[in-house]
Amino acid sequence: MNMQSEIEKKLQTDLDPVHIEVINETHMHNVPEDADSHFKVTVVSERFNDLPLIKQHRLVNAALSDELKQIHALALHTYTPDQWFERTGGVPQSPPCRGGSNI
Amino acid sequence: MEVLERIKQQVDENPVILYMKGTPKMPMCGFSSRTAEALQSCGKEFAYVNVLADPEIFENLPRFADWPTFPQLYVNGELVGGCDITLELKEKGELQKMVDEATA
Repeated sequence: MNMQSEIEKKLQTDLDPVHIEVINETHMHNVPEDADSHFKVTVVSERFNDLPLIKQHRLVNAALSDELKQIHALALHTYTPDQWFERTGGVPQSPPCRGGSNI
Repeated sequence: MEVLERIKQQVDENPVILYMKGTPKMPMCGFSSRTAEALQSCGKEFAYVNVLADPEIFENLPRFADWPTFPQLYVNGELVGGCDITLELKEKGELQKMVDEATA
């Protein structure tokens, strides 16, 4: 399994997130071509409710303790479901039908 | 002096101290660079330690406050967090307040 899926799986299992996004940013860095080393993670979970940011990040760091030994950088953005909803205005709506299936 | 004691002394003696890769003028990592910039924007003096120039601290700082990554910002002897937390606090105006209070 590659590092990106590994990180996603660990976070799914440990934090029961309502939303999760793991982006491999390795290409933005000066590293060997086959490196898999820089990631950006966004996690939205009810587990973060009422916790200060540092404790939210500690939960993620704990879930990824093995991975953190191997990767070089982890950008971390954690939100409670309420904060995430406020930030994004909910899940984006799908575009309306334009009748293409009848052609 | 044992390295963890040395770190303890540094965070106790400096109300605002940043452990970073490189220096605020010559940062060696994007995350360290952004964190130092955020601190500089508060307009107060702060201490820093270049962890790349001190292998012992580089090796041991993660176990000091059980925080696995760099940079690490400490205010009044307590870990505030890394780059993302520092920037978030800056955005909310809380970083300025913390730094002002700590250096008052």
